[in-house]
Amino acid sequence: MARVIDIDHCTCELKEQITHLLPDANLDLCLTCGTCTGGCPASEQYDMDPRRFLRMVVLGMDDEVRNSPWAWVCTMCARCKHACPMDIDIPKLIYNVRASVPREERPKGIRGSCDQHIKAGNAMGVPRDDFIFTVEDVAEEIRENQPDFKDLKVSVDRKGTAMVLNQNSREPVTEPDELGPLWKILHLVDADWTYPSVMWAGENYCMFLADDEGWRYILEEFVHHVDVNLKSPLVVNTE
Amino acid sequence: MRKYKIDHKFKLVTIIELYAQWIREGKLAVSSDWNRDLKIKFTVQDPCNIGRKVGTNRIVDDLRFVLKAAIGEENFREMAPNRANNFCCGGGGGALQAGHTDQRRAYGKAKFDQVMETGAQYVIAPCHNCHAQIEDMGSHYGGAYHVVHLWTILCLAMGILDENERSYLGPDLAMVGL
Repeated sequence: MARVIDIDHCTCELKEQITHLLPDANLDLCLTCGTCTGGCPASEQYDMDPRRFLRMVVLGMDDEVRNSPWAWVCTMCARCKHACPMDIDIPKLIYNVRASVPREERPKGIRGSCDQHIKAGNAMGVPRDDFIFTVEDVAEEIRENQPDFKDLKVSVDRKGTAMVLNQNSREPVTEPDELGPLWKILHLVDADWTYPSVMWAGENYCMFLADDEGWRYILEEFVHHVDVNLKSPLVVNTE
Repeated sequence: MRKYKIDHKFKLVTIIELYAQWIREGKLAVSSDWNRDLKIKFTVQDPCNIGRKVGTNRIVDDLRFVLKAAIGEENFREMAPNRANNFCCGGGGGALQAGHTDQRRAYGKAKFDQVMETGAQYVIAPCHNCHAQIEDMGSHYGGAYHVVHLWTILCLAMGILDENERSYLGPDLAMVGL
């Protein structure tokens, strides 16, 4: 038999908590139309979908919500919010449900990448010097082997450049030759650019982990480095 | 940065917008001549973060402009739905490292079907999560397409793609322009 939910005595802690954080999330406005669910590729996984997830939060089924792994299958892609006639912010709801799980119980893979990023400035944990070495080594190889690019310039932490580029750590770590085409394009347009040595990676797993403290730290370090140390007016996301 | 109200002086752009600007200004001599007879078909994955979440189709439209300049308009195949309405690949939001592999792949089936429907041999995925997920979908569900970075195709279209910068290309493009 289905469980009886006593609405009159619903404590709805999770809902209260999220409503407090997200006054504009409109959680109470759901018409239960199911537009979100109809367009969500994660619907039906773990017997869950966006509408059901929201109903469970609104009905105070906090334990069931926190125990469902669905919040980690949903990618917070925002297709539901985009289609929702009441503009309910389901992605932010998911983010805050993730954040309500104790940090050590959140998925190990995401947590590990977030920890590395806080420590080393990139999700793969590459030490700063290794990053700089790889960049210089790949550039030297291009200068030697590709005569059209014998004057190719790369730099890390050059001050006052027109732009600062981030780079997903996958390239320098697992496929350094993929850096070449990007640099050659920058060379052809005579771009004045540099990589930052602080928080240089394009990815951010602390955001996925819903680790507010880690996410904020990464951003603050990056902003300080670019604004104060490098004094560059433009940041370019390369992915 | 908005979320945490962190002030910053710099402006943030994507490299896709710059590619489009440089092509419009004539600084990047991109040509689709290499593909006139080959007729190799391409599609693009619109990453949620530069499509739907930006609130306009500005960047994903630039993406199409850049790609079409490099491969020829007639060789571009659009997925349906696309741009702001596109399906997420299923690899974002940390899903690739969340450990729910079966569910991630079931999610990604929608994307796989979209790609297959286009008949394209190449998928441009300008997001590393999308890139890894769509590649995994191809090997898991048996799609023969290749997933490549935009910079690879731009360099190919300018005749400056070196031999060792072609690891994502299939045999059909392994020698083009060398």
